[in-house]
Amino acid sequence: MVELNIRQPVNREEQPDPLEIPSLERGAMAESKPYVASPDHQAAIGYPGELVDNWKEKAIDKLGELVGKSRALQVYLDSCVKCGACTDKCHYFLGTGDPLNMPVARQDLLRKVYRRYFTFAGKYVPWLVGAEDLTEEVLDEWYSYFHQCSQCRRCSVYCPYGIDTAEVSMAAREIMDSIGKGQKYCNEIIGKVHTIGNNLGLQKKALQATLEDLEEDIEDETGVQVRLPLDEEGADIMLVTPSADFFAEPHVDGLIGYAKVFHQAGASWTISSYASEAANFGMFIGSYENMREIALRIRKAAEDLKVKRIIFGECGHAWRAAYSFLNTLAGPFDFLDQDYPIPQHICEYTHDLIEKGELTFDKSQNDDFRLTYHDSCNVARASRMGDAPGGQFEIPRAILRAVCNHFYDMPADTIRESTFCCGGGGGLLTDELLEVRTKGAQPRMRALQQVSDDHGVTHMAALCAICKTQFAKVMPEYGFEMDAVVSIHQMVSNAIVLDGQITDEDDEDEDEAEPDTAGADADEGEE
Amino acid sequence: MPYQLNGTVVEHDEEGYIQELDKWSKELAELIAEDEKIEMTDEHWEVVNFLRDYYEEYQIAPAVRVLIKAIKKSMGKDKGNNKYLYTLFPYGPAKQACKIAGLPKPTGCV
Repeated sequence: MVELNIRQPVNREEQPDPLEIPSLERGAMAESKPYVASPDHQAAIGYPGELVDNWKEKAIDKLGELVGKSRALQVYLDSCVKCGACTDKCHYFLGTGDPLNMPVARQDLLRKVYRRYFTFAGKYVPWLVGAEDLTEEVLDEWYSYFHQCSQCRRCSVYCPYGIDTAEVSMAAREIMDSIGKGQKYCNEIIGKVHTIGNNLGLQKKALQATLEDLEEDIEDETGVQVRLPLDEEGADIMLVTPSADFFAEPHVDGLIGYAKVFHQAGASWTISSYASEAANFGMFIGSYENMREIALRIRKAAEDLKVKRIIFGECGHAWRAAYSFLNTLAGPFDFLDQDYPIPQHICEYTHDLIEKGELTFDKSQNDDFRLTYHDSCNVARASRMGDAPGGQFEIPRAILRAVCNHFYDMPADTIRESTFCCGGGGGLLTDELLEVRTKGAQPRMRALQQVSDDHGVTHMAALCAICKTQFAKVMPEYGFEMDAVVSIHQMVSNAIVLDGQITDEDDEDEDEAEPDTAGADADEGEE
Repeated sequence: MPYQLNGTVVEHDEEGYIQELDKWSKELAELIAEDEKIEMTDEHWEVVNFLRDYYEEYQIAPAVRVLIKAIKKSMGKDKGNNKYLYTLFPYGPAKQACKIAGLPKPTGCV
């Protein structure tokens, strides 16, 4: 019997319910700051090692340069009318109660400086137009609050002008990097991608060993030899996936799922050790140069391995970087097979096979899971899947329904284009920011509690490495189990029936149940 | 505050990971564990030793799954799971055990 309420009741005598809405307190999160990048980490990605002497002038110059280069950024800084539509849309505001986490307030940290130095009124009557000098205090606020934005863009959905806070926060981080005040977590990682090829710092030998280990596991489990090829020149498909898929739980289970799908489809595929990372943290820090350098690794790997297609694994912002920017950063990809999307998402690939009836599933293998689905912000609001509008919402759900009998959506204002960030995106997935990460997850946790109460949901699927790690870490704070977050392709892996696979029926030697064919009853379980 | 051990000083980063990996010793591991409010038992050492052996070969900590498999082999099925590892290292077997083992912190979306 499935335990219907997955959340353990929190003892209110001992501690306040973490789902309780916090009261307002300006500056409540002012002390939340990430570690500053070391001089080595800064230098490795092209920035000054420490805060430069003339940082104020440099910062203002950089702001001018960015506004001059990006008309969008200038419009975002010019056009806010303080209507207030965004104020209660940010998960960090909702979870922390700090008004400086209202998107408008966050934007204003940069906007007030922009006005002071780049607008007529701000130069002459700053007190009338909310223009302020750039001071140490302001820089301090930038460092704190632009690292409490996960660049999820939920606020921009509700802004009548479409002001994109993510762009503002990326610009602010780029300015801070350029004056020598970078963030350790992102910058150290970007350096590792440039030198080793992935966020983890996983060398080829270790990657090879990990993949071989997974091959053994799959064979032990299914009796089928499923390969996870590495650096195989001439393969048709190169899989580019977040390196967390080689390391963390439940990410690895997703990777096993991709391998099984490729195997069953008879695909020729490979992973590249040179481009063993889908993530592109250059985006988080607003650095075009770093983003491009990371993207070019993928191009080079595809050329060297002579592949025809590139498929991305389950990663949120990576899919934005790939879907929206890969072609302009590292294209044209005229050497790839033009009959397939460039790049393609693993969910598109799997969904396509399901639609064609080429995969067989035993959905009962997932009967212990009553699933819901967390739309990742960058997939939901900054990309698409398939060839129909909204495919990025429909395709992951269609896959989950094809492999699991019980699927229920969370409340409508918390999913699809209104999805809440997991609380760890945008380069905030670092331990020293755990407080803001935990609080920022609260809106999602409330929605999960709701669907758990209403439909007995036990697990939440995600398709982003950051979401998975973040939820595994913070869900216990809310009384949920850490393994209540699962990968989409983990669910696929559980249910897929490989040709020649040892099944439970074989084990028991008597069970007439025939496995379901995908899609036949995909609507079941829909609320 | 750097770690102080028998008159020698071992520097660490903001989070307590040591910077020069060759300064690690069993005594230092006990000291780091103390800071982490962990009392080192044979089971803790089993994990720490496995991490160090793996690191020596691959210059990185093993995937959680690989660690679990190794622990399952050496300590039995009931202990070869993620939950058990979290009871040993409440902050997560990958990060906290690496810190005690004197290895760099795994970075990225992990």
